[in-house]
Amino acid sequence: MSADTETIDRFVAQEYKWGFYTDIEADTLPPGLDEDVVRHISTKKNEPEWLLEWRLKAFRHWETMKEPHWPQVKYDTIDYQAVSYYSSPGAKDKDRPKSLDEVDPKLLETYEKLGVPLHERERLAGVAVDAVFDSISVGTTHKEELAKHGVIFCSFSEAVQEYPELIKKYLGTVVPYTDNFFATLNSAVFSDGSFVYIPKGVRCPLELSTYFRINAAETGQFERTLIIADEGSHVSYLEGCTAPMRDENQLHAAVVELVALGDAEIKYSTVQNWYPGDEDGNGGIYNFVTKRGICKGARSKICWTQVETGSAITWKYPSVILRGDDSVGEFYSVALANLAQQADTGTKMIHLGKNTRSTVISKGISAGKGQNSYRGLVQMGKNATNARNYTQCDSLLIGSRCGAHTFPYIEVKNPSAQVEHEATTSKIGEDQIFYCNARGIETQDAVNMIVNGFCKEVFRELPMEFAMEAQALMDVSLEGSVG
Amino acid sequence: MKMLEIKNLKAGVEGKEILKGIDLTINAGEVHAIMGPNGSGKSTLAQVLAGRDAFDVGEGSVTFNGQDLLELAPEVRVREGLFLAFQYPVEIPGVNTTYFLRAAVNAVREHHGEAALNAVDFLKLMRQKINLLELDESLLKRSVNEGFSGGEKKRAEILQMALLNPAMAVLDETDSGLDIDALKVVANGVNTLKRADNAQLIITHYQRLLDYIVPDFVHVLYDGRIVKSGGKELALELEEKGYDWITSGELQTA
Ligand SMILES: Nc1ncnc2c1ncn2[C@@H]1O[C@H](COP(=O)(O)OP(=O)(O)O)[C@@H](O)[C@H]1O
Ligand SMILES: [Mg+2]
Repeated sequence: MSADTETIDRFVAQEYKWGFYTDIEADTLPPGLDEDVVRHISTKKNEPEWLLEWRLKAFRHWETMKEPHWPQVKYDTIDYQAVSYYSSPGAKDKDRPKSLDEVDPKLLETYEKLGVPLHERERLAGVAVDAVFDSISVGTTHKEELAKHGVIFCSFSEAVQEYPELIKKYLGTVVPYTDNFFATLNSAVFSDGSFVYIPKGVRCPLELSTYFRINAAETGQFERTLIIADEGSHVSYLEGCTAPMRDENQLHAAVVELVALGDAEIKYSTVQNWYPGDEDGNGGIYNFVTKRGICKGARSKICWTQVETGSAITWKYPSVILRGDDSVGEFYSVALANLAQQADTGTKMIHLGKNTRSTVISKGISAGKGQNSYRGLVQMGKNATNARNYTQCDSLLIGSRCGAHTFPYIEVKNPSAQVEHEATTSKIGEDQIFYCNARGIETQDAVNMIVNGFCKEVFRELPMEFAMEAQALMDVSLEGSVG
Repeated sequence: MKMLEIKNLKAGVEGKEILKGIDLTINAGEVHAIMGPNGSGKSTLAQVLAGRDAFDVGEGSVTFNGQDLLELAPEVRVREGLFLAFQYPVEIPGVNTTYFLRAAVNAVREHHGEAALNAVDFLKLMRQKINLLELDESLLKRSVNEGFSGGEKKRAEILQMALLNPAMAVLDETDSGLDIDALKVVANGVNTLKRADNAQLIITHYQRLLDYIVPDFVHVLYDGRIVKSGGKELALELEEKGYDWITSGELQTA
């Protein structure tokens, strides 16, 4: 049989199609991190005093913290003084572009190559895009149309200038600056990101989307996203990300905070495709991300959907705090660990309110020498009367050198709460591949078919436009020489 | 016209020889049956013909419609017209049966330079074939073979054969596990697919299938060799006398 597992194992070689580098002048801080760097970033962005103070508090706290090593991932110690904490496309003395017309054509070209055109005439219909290049948002499309509905969608930096009261009210309320090592680091040095506010009763007329691109070498990327859905509003948000191929690892430590007020609904989808590194584990992004939402009001709903195909290491647990009575939290995840990738991902569902409900569907795919761990916490607080959770956690193994691990944590403090957990592990068998072959279907197509079948439940949660993309991405990520 | 010509075929797994020199020629228009006790190598022969690389082919040659069959990848063999109905059809969870069947049909069509069938045209084709096998259409909405009963799996194999319309079909114990009614349905399906320009190799342990699918030739496979060949009356003889008669005879001549 060994000959045949090898055939399947040969699927590990993957070509990363987004690995190009844009040669563009950049204003990049030299590597290193101290209070001056924090002040410098804040000054660059012309921030109010209170925000600088907040950053400094975070920085001082971070200095007392230790990098966490409990995830099921292995990597060399990160030298935080060897990282540059700010890089902005464009020369030092130039102001940031006021509108898309002023954006460097090279940047527009980059996004076009990535399939995210920003130009007025070519931009994606039905989707408003905020494009973040290294530390900076380079532009947001469809702004006027959104404004008509009172929807605010802009870069975080812009929001700090234009809507300081909203930022001050909500920043750090879901993920406090003391939360964890990487979130605290982000709080000190975050550069840009997206901000969304949906007013009361408004159903956002467009899909909102942020496209993150890391370009510069040896820079970390620390964006911060804040989405507020006011009472009875509704928004669907999608984030995509890619990076050039490099031999060294790059750090990405983002924070996302979601706030859903009464009867509001936020659907947050991620198609993460950072450079995964090579087969031997050289290069690739370290994706250490803190994502959390709070269902603050009654009957509110937050749904996280993620398709994680990239990154050398993924460490993320998009979570929902179910504070409002009858609120709903959902988590749908596909995580692929191919090559030498390591993924430790899952969710936390914190039930505080009565009749709160959560659903967790996690699909982990391991191929090559990939290691995939699901880590999930379901907490039923003492006031969470009649709260319910359903967790389904499936692992699929391709070949014999990879691994899948499951770490469910359950804490129940209310006797009327119900928690259900199901887990399965399966393997793409040589007999399944041969059966497909014997029906005229090539091995590559057979693997894709089986993997896509496995992911179906999650893919159908993605907005239509992106479900196809996610499937195509999955196919490419498993592409290799057919033995 | 010669369709399949097997010469001195030897094959095994992990150093153990299972097929010890098979010679068999099948012409277009013929139905051959291979019988033999369990463990004699019938499924191994079927799988080697279909291209399973878990088995190592040592010596010998197989020519299919003038081509060296052993040189072809398994997916190419079926596209070229050699189809295997599995003794144990494999379950593929998550993959919708209709989707799978259309992928199979279109892979074969593409190989022959024909346009792919769209979902609507494919459904039309499938409805035709499904009636032939008295299969419940709801099965097609499920995952490939998942939760199918033994009989449903076997009928689904013949449905695939009907859809792919092969020149040469190898049926590996398609009758085992079927009750008499299902057996008649399957046999009727197979007989309907029989034409002057195609051929069938029916592998079976029991004679009863051959009451419904009448072979032109019967071969007895024992311990990796064809030890006896004859006409359809050989099957009846085997039914009557059991395999001991053959196997002890084989020992004498060995
Ligand atoms: N994958 C395998 N590994 C080891 N032995 C095998 C394998 N497949 C078949 N065999 C052995 O080869 C012999 C023939 O098996 P098979 O071809 O399945 O016989 P039949 O179909 O006639 O019952 C048996 O002794 C069986 O145990
Ligand atoms: Mg058998």
